Amino acid sequence: MATESFIIKVNRTEVRVTTDMSVAAAMMMAGEPCRISVRGEPRAPMCGMGICMECRATVDGRKHQRTCQVMCVPGMEVVTE
Amino acid sequence: MTRTFDVVVVGGGPGGIAAAAVAAEAGLRVCLVDDNRSPGGQIWREFDRDGTKDNPHWREFARWTERLRRTRCEIWMGSQVVDQPAANVLRLERDGEVLDVGFGKLIVATGARERFLPFPGWTLPGVTGAGGLQALMKAGLEVRGKRVVVAGTGPLLLAIAAGLKGAGATIVAIYEQAPLRKLAGFGFSLASYPAKIAEGFGYARKLRGVPYRTGCWVKSAEGSTQLNRVNVTDGAKEWAHDCEWLACGFHLVPNLEVPLLLGCEVVDGYVAVDAFQQTSVPAVACVGELTGIGGLEKALVEGQIAGWIAAGREEKVRAFSTRMKKLQSFARRLDEAFALRDELRNLCTPETIVCRCEDVAYSAAKACGSWREAKLHTRCGMGPCQGRICGPETEFLFGWRDTGVRPPILPAKLGTVAGVLDPDQSDASVLEQVPT
Repeated sequence: MATESFIIKVNRTEVRVTTDMSVAAAMMMAGEPCRISVRGEPRAPMCGMGICMECRATVDGRKHQRTCQVMCVPGMEVVTE
Repeated sequence: MTRTFDVVVVGGGPGGIAAAAVAAEAGLRVCLVDDNRSPGGQIWREFDRDGTKDNPHWREFARWTERLRRTRCEIWMGSQVVDQPAANVLRLERDGEVLDVGFGKLIVATGARERFLPFPGWTLPGVTGAGGLQALMKAGLEVRGKRVVVAGTGPLLLAIAAGLKGAGATIVAIYEQAPLRKLAGFGFSLASYPAKIAEGFGYARKLRGVPYRTGCWVKSAEGSTQLNRVNVTDGAKEWAHDCEWLACGFHLVPNLEVPLLLGCEVVDGYVAVDAFQQTSVPAVACVGELTGIGGLEKALVEGQIAGWIAAGREEKVRAFSTRMKKLQSFARRLDEAFALRDELRNLCTPETIVCRCEDVAYSAAKACGSWREAKLHTRCGMGPCQGRICGPETEFLFGWRDTGVRPPILPAKLGTVAGVLDPDQSDASVLEQVPT
């Protein structure tokens, strides 16, 4: 299965990703936090396996997505929440 | 709609795959349910992709998944258990839909997660779990050229560091909190110096040139909005490393949510099972890390035992008894060797966040007398992870034990909780309103 490269949008920044990349990985590579915590701290992926909930972000308008469990697809728009 | 199977297996790692394969080969109608996108669990994560065949575990993964695929076992990926609405029925959520599945026998193989411990700066972007960074790398994160400090405890640190280095990361150092004498006592009898330990695990060649130090731990992480420095100590001296990532995890804790939901008895942090993997709840078996952190081989053996027992073939299990004893003893010795040192209880400042979901500070949590009190007064453990991260933390820091689980056991859609099927409610997440 060949990997294909394409662009997704992370907070208005265009990021080149591949089909086998999770949204969490894409956000880390873009240097964008996934969410802002209750007290206003930026947070990024920690556990990588869908448990810690730190990688929650809005993916194509759907809130609270665990981005480490969501794979990138062409045209995707991801927003820090 | 409820579909019923002879056996439902929850968890598609090695233990679950072995259990499902054996039960299905014995002629039972089996359904394997897993939260992830593809089977394999954590240790076999993403093995179905190209470029993983040089991993020493790949052949075993291929053999077991092929064995399972030759059966008529149904595999339901992306499915989370959220509740038990009636006896012998599990409620699942898949893509925002509710799905009930009935079972004659249930085999739970939900595995383990990393244990995380708080220290100043651990919430900064750039600080990840050790297994966490490995999982992110397997999910496409480019690590080439990044400087990584690997720290915490457990045999996985070496494997993780080797994997990161193999993918082009610069491993600044590996810091194992356990003292060398404990590791040596664990059975690395040749471990007269740290390099021998790495060699014992077979990673020495891959980790050549990487400092591996025992009896050292991360004291704090620094950075404004991104990690840029890690402070390390051996209890006497302190030193620092500049780096992009800190991969830090403290061995593993079992994912007890499903066994607790079902009412299985837990003793000393693990599900109590008999020689046939049966729990205190009739018709419910548990296998793998749930019964003691012992790794791949233990999970495979216990999975097979549970599969045979589900099929009523007790005579098949006897062959495993000697190996089982060895594997259980290995699990106990692993826990002892990588036991957490007391100094790790004293790293937090009053402001250090203990509960990351609700931003509960160490001082606020410490002021409470119990897990229940902390939940009521500070919302510690009340956020979307539902205590999965801060539960094991506070158990270590304050001796609190989180014994109860209330459904839904993962943040579920409103429709799932109500038992209604309504795809239009897919945005009505109750993430911020988990039940008390």
